[in-house]
Amino acid sequence: MIYKVITKKEFKKFVNGLINSNETFGPRQVNTAKDGKPIYQFKEVHSFDEMELDYTLSYSSLKNFFLPFREVLSRYNFTDDNWEQEIEYRVNPRVIVGVRACDINALCKLDDIFVNGSFPSPYYIARRNNTFLIGMDHLPMDDCFCMSMGELVVRQGFNLFCTDLGDRYYLSINSSKAFNFLRNVKTTDPTDKDDRQWLERRNLIKRSFNTTVDTSSLPNLLDIEFDSPIWEKWGDKCLNCGTCAMVCPTCYCYGIEESIDVSLKSSRRERFQHSCTVVDFAEVAGGHNFRPSKEARLKYRYYHHYHGFAENADEQICVGCNRCGRNCLAGINPKDVIDDLLMEKTDEV
Amino acid sequence: MKYLGIDPQKIKIGVFNFTCCEGCALALANKEETLVDFLDLLDVVTFREISSDRGEDYDIALVEGSISRDDEIERIKKIRAQAKVLVALGTCACYGGVNNLKNQFKIEEVVEIAYGKDKVETSKVRPLSDVVKVDLEIPGCPVSKAEVEKIVVDIVNQSEINFPEYPVCVECRRNMNTCVFDLGMICLGPITQAGCDAVCPNGGVGCLGCRGPAEDANYESFREILEENGFTMQEALERINFYNALPGMVIDES
Repeated sequence: MIYKVITKKEFKKFVNGLINSNETFGPRQVNTAKDGKPIYQFKEVHSFDEMELDYTLSYSSLKNFFLPFREVLSRYNFTDDNWEQEIEYRVNPRVIVGVRACDINALCKLDDIFVNGSFPSPYYIARRNNTFLIGMDHLPMDDCFCMSMGELVVRQGFNLFCTDLGDRYYLSINSSKAFNFLRNVKTTDPTDKDDRQWLERRNLIKRSFNTTVDTSSLPNLLDIEFDSPIWEKWGDKCLNCGTCAMVCPTCYCYGIEESIDVSLKSSRRERFQHSCTVVDFAEVAGGHNFRPSKEARLKYRYYHHYHGFAENADEQICVGCNRCGRNCLAGINPKDVIDDLLMEKTDEV
Repeated sequence: MKYLGIDPQKIKIGVFNFTCCEGCALALANKEETLVDFLDLLDVVTFREISSDRGEDYDIALVEGSISRDDEIERIKKIRAQAKVLVALGTCACYGGVNNLKNQFKIEEVVEIAYGKDKVETSKVRPLSDVVKVDLEIPGCPVSKAEVEKIVVDIVNQSEINFPEYPVCVECRRNMNTCVFDLGMICLGPITQAGCDAVCPNGGVGCLGCRGPAEDANYESFREILEENGFTMQEALERINFYNALPGMVIDES
């Protein structure tokens, strides 16, 4: 990795240059919540000033930029005695500015599945390769727990990462593309003072966490607690509304749907974002449902996040952004559920 | 028109209106970009919004509106006798719909207020299934034309007809909306069947539950959520009673 320092004024010039020649997305306020707090989403921007880079965290994750909630995988055109298949995964180059560390690390986990996995997805790869990611650090929100998940620091999966030093950014340059782009603007090599301030900023972020989740007993704890009454307690609250999975940066389970167009001359195969908490996720032909109860559905989301993936790929799939917890109307959140599981065994001893 | 070399059989339909605003029948005539293809799949026997032809030999009756008068009972029974398949089209036909508001008052009062001296004969509003056997219910106020298209294509191709089982929230979140509760308003989305593409929350308005309950809807948890968000059951009931399509949410106090 190469490190440089750029003034905020020069950074603005740099980003405006990218905006002028690429489709660019950045954090923008889309609403104000009833408690007066702004709600942010990644939206298309046409100038640097439209972005709110001091934002907390986007309401939805970045996932849908790479795994759209619904996408056509292929189209079929019928003729009287034949059919043709059309597949397209062209993506125009695009830039996303202000991406938080948790969201970059989440993409790295999706990379493990859709780029490096046994069945790579050309659709995902096309989107990923054509997206220039500029990351940016931030002070955690009260309920962020990425540090507990070991996802506070970015190591890969981005082009450029900015650490905020007040009037300038400390840049971690992670791609030749980013390095070449930066030649158009003025950057300097970090001085000893810059390095010290960078470390101070890192330490400040670390000290600012108010939420910790004890993951030291996972995934084994989940094996032991498979039949725990805790699942019923939280399952009873679950609306099976799929919100957690839709806002989650790593929930990638999907369904495939094939539909014939009204003209009967063509059809399409679509992938749609599904969720294991949704009632028909585990329903198979004949109407049999492998997860008929609310608790079973909720439990399997936790097992996939903290158990299944951990056993298979030696990592938790959760990055600790707590979007699921923050957006759950029923108040179900990883911190409380995992704490409950830990407490349950402690009480029994 | 052929599908994979096979001539599909056109569906002989009749569209009928009962107590309603006729919006569902009109919805069928919308979505112009595929209207020609849609009508190509149908043999329209009677459908007064789009054709002056009247016939009796329909196979599938698409019926909108609720039942609120005695002459309507006679008429729906005749349609039932003729149709091989009777489809309840829209929230009024499936649940009583907006007309159901009338049931909260005494019939005499309602007639007096609405018609004054020119009294009309009317009774309590009922969904079609209270009077005749209904083979398929397509909810929505109005119905989603896209969903009706899909169902018609499924019928033509003899495929299974499926509705989303999950609540509106799934579609709402896919559209990246801000949760209506976060904006400080009530939304029935978490207990209401999806399929509308969250059209009301898309516009920043809470769901009114026109599509009826989602599968395995969690009423108990939803009641707690309403309370935690500072809403009374009365406020929730006002929304639910608008369409009367979520009977599971209403606790019988008696």
